[in-house]
Amino acid sequence: MTDRRAPTPSQTVGPFFGFALPFAGDADAGVGAVVRIEGQVFDGASATVPDAILEMWHGDVFVRCATDASGRYRVTLPKPPAMPGPDGRTQAPHLEVSVFSRGLLRHLATRIYFPDEEDANAADPMLALVDPARRTTLVARRDGAGLRFDIRLQGAAETVFFAL
Amino acid sequence: MRTEAAAPEVEPPYLHPDYRATVLRAPGERLVRLPEDWFHRSAGPAFGRIPVQATDADLTKQHRGEPLGERIIVSGRVLDSDGRPVRATLVEVWQANAAGRYVDPVDQHPAPLDPNFTGAGRCLTDARGEFRFVTVKPGAYPWRNHENAWRPAHMHFSVFGSQLDSRLVTQMYFPGDPLIALDPIVRSVGERGRDLLVARFDLGTTRPEWALGYRWDIVLRGRAATPPEAAVAR
Repeated sequence: MTDRRAPTPSQTVGPFFGFALPFAGDADAGVGAVVRIEGQVFDGASATVPDAILEMWHGDVFVRCATDASGRYRVTLPKPPAMPGPDGRTQAPHLEVSVFSRGLLRHLATRIYFPDEEDANAADPMLALVDPARRTTLVARRDGAGLRFDIRLQGAAETVFFAL
Repeated sequence: MRTEAAAPEVEPPYLHPDYRATVLRAPGERLVRLPEDWFHRSAGPAFGRIPVQATDADLTKQHRGEPLGERIIVSGRVLDSDGRPVRATLVEVWQANAAGRYVDPVDQHPAPLDPNFTGAGRCLTDARGEFRFVTVKPGAYPWRNHENAWRPAHMHFSVFGSQLDSRLVTQMYFPGDPLIALDPIVRSVGERGRDLLVARFDLGTTRPEWALGYRWDIVLRGRAATPPEAAVAR
């Protein structure tokens, strides 16, 4: 009657991906006007996570960046434009983010919104579905010439993650 | 609107204390559920910048000599949840060598490295959704998760698909391995889902006098991308 198939279950990326998943220029996409985003990944004890790998994208733009020994990542990419949502309402500029690491049996999905888009963020239909007290975890902070976006996997100020 | 028979839920939870590293890394807050059509069906990452050479699919030919170990051919199909082939999508693999040691400097297991084996490969699925890698069978290795803990032999797989929810990173295991039943990472998956992670030995793809064949199909969440014409018609 149906040929619906159970999806293959996820398993952790493990700790030993560093020789396989990074590729030349993986953390930097685009030329010209790009935005630099950096940050750290923290666990529930506020320890840095040195074995995570992040993917961020919008449209055809894609970056991948493994965290270093201090849990730090740094990417550059063109800032995304505002984009139409499926119901016609406009979504504020944002990046989709996947977080993989040892200890994550499934990856986590989150988003990065931009601090200079206050009006667009206030009208964003997705952000509207997030508890207002936690929305700030999805908005990058200004940091010198670039932006800072930390990812807290667990605990106080835990980043908002979306169910996959 | 068609009715969908629900596929059995086989995904592991984020928190699975038998796998110790989940304890401080699993989110504690409830994940925010976004509307299916707004989020899950939106575009996944465009992997086109990741370089793929035809030679990347043969892990036994990346060095001057041949790696030690049991030569194997691992092939299968990438399917969407309706069983349709997912074409031209990127599949990445990585693994330990035959002695159970990764090239990665993070791996300090005192088993020998093999100068003729890196253990990383990539390929794109073909028009039937097929992938195929030639490699050597990886060894088991200890991992200190608990007393006398050993990972079953496995290959890591990363598959993209076209949608946000089709992205998958997982591990493939080998049939008959007694370590599978003891492994907390495998056991994080509901009992009905564990078999989906185990390849089957396949005489049909075994090449006589040369290498054993294993088959493993990968099913991604969601449906394969709508053809561009139909998308434009909207």
